[in-house]
Amino acid sequence: MSVIDKAAYAELRETMGEDFAAELLETFLAEAPGMLDDLRQAAAAGDTEGFRRAAHSIKSNASLFGATALADLARTIELGGAGAAAPDDLCAECARAAAALRSLLDG
Amino acid sequence: MADAGGRILIADDNKVNRLLLARSVEMLGHGVALAENGRAAMERLAGGGFDLLLLDIEMPEMDGFAVLAAIDADPDLRGLPVIVTSSVEGLDNIVRCIELGAEDYLPKPVNRVLLQARLTSCLEKKRLRDEQKALLSRFATSEVARDLRDQGFAIGGRRLRASVLFCDIRGFTALSEDQPPEATIELLNAYYALMFDAIGGHGGIVSLMIGDGLMALFGAPQPLDNPARQAVDAAREMLEMIDGLNAERRAAEAPALRIGVGVATGEVVAGYAGTQDRACYTCIGATVNLAARLESHTKSVGCDILIDAGTRAGLTGAYDVAPLGAVEFKGFSAPTCVYSVH
Repeated sequence: MSVIDKAAYAELRETMGEDFAAELLETFLAEAPGMLDDLRQAAAAGDTEGFRRAAHSIKSNASLFGATALADLARTIELGGAGAAAPDDLCAECARAAAALRSLLDG
Repeated sequence: MADAGGRILIADDNKVNRLLLARSVEMLGHGVALAENGRAAMERLAGGGFDLLLLDIEMPEMDGFAVLAAIDADPDLRGLPVIVTSSVEGLDNIVRCIELGAEDYLPKPVNRVLLQARLTSCLEKKRLRDEQKALLSRFATSEVARDLRDQGFAIGGRRLRASVLFCDIRGFTALSEDQPPEATIELLNAYYALMFDAIGGHGGIVSLMIGDGLMALFGAPQPLDNPARQAVDAAREMLEMIDGLNAERRAAEAPALRIGVGVATGEVVAGYAGTQDRACYTCIGATVNLAARLESHTKSVGCDILIDAGTRAGLTGAYDVAPLGAVEFKGFSAPTCVYSVH
């Protein structure tokens, strides 16, 4: 499975304008580490509700930018709770998606 | 679209979603305000002025379900259209939103064409509802409008303890014969404006206007602690206002106005009388008839305000009340104790 579906970002650029799409993606890249922190902290504290919510938030943004693999993994965590996948797996996938998305900005 | 734009509150805890929704809504010509969670959204809504809420479900502090419930529980917010924009999992969650009063559900990422269609239709519904509310307040008092909103419309009455006030202008027919009809209408409008002010200012509602006469209710449809005192206070303020009006009329060399006021307190049957198509909020019962008789009796005894024993019982302290003895009124089997208030 490819890391990202480029059509999603292309469509975002088409409908919202190039500058705004870029600004939005920059915002996501800046916010993503914080969302992953929330996820890790919730997991460490046994806060299942916070854990699920953090995964939900990552899923929502990932699917917006076409980071399909990240969205799928986040969704699995959201639905399955802490047992479904380790936060570290999600962090690794997020790093992959972030790198791919960043290349869209530069390209 | 820009000139028909609404003011829209967006509640979403995720910054990317918030920015994207805000821009999408602005591009459709609407004004936008943002809230980071449900609690912040409720605070913004309490400030008023919003036409629609775009609501996320998954939020910290107060989630979207809690916001929907809080809006439904608040009579001032209940009519506000809410569109849920979320990527919550499970059909049951979407159903729950609709059951809690959401107008619609748009999955994220939100499709712009769908968003535009839903915004336009919800804002139009809101506009129609606001228009109805404005019409209702023009033809019914805010208390009756609130009663209709809370209890719904049903022909029929409820027994209540209330005070009924009747008032009219002495010698109005003679007065109106001496001047053109336009001047009479102008005089009536000035008179009604003052009387409505005095009555509304003391928690009463005007339920009838006939020519120069009016009937007001205190304690119906919304109960009052002491309807008798409120009604007498209103009567006294009405007389003060007429004094003020007369000072102006004297300066314009117009004849002075005199009014008579009757107040009776007791059980009434209050409710909507009429048909399903046309009805008005009113009161009936012996208390209403007595108030009308008392008002009419002011002319016979030359007093401005006459009250019954039920009203007298509600007055304590600084009221100048004189007993006038018992009077036999038409339609009443026993003589009625009458008091005048100065």
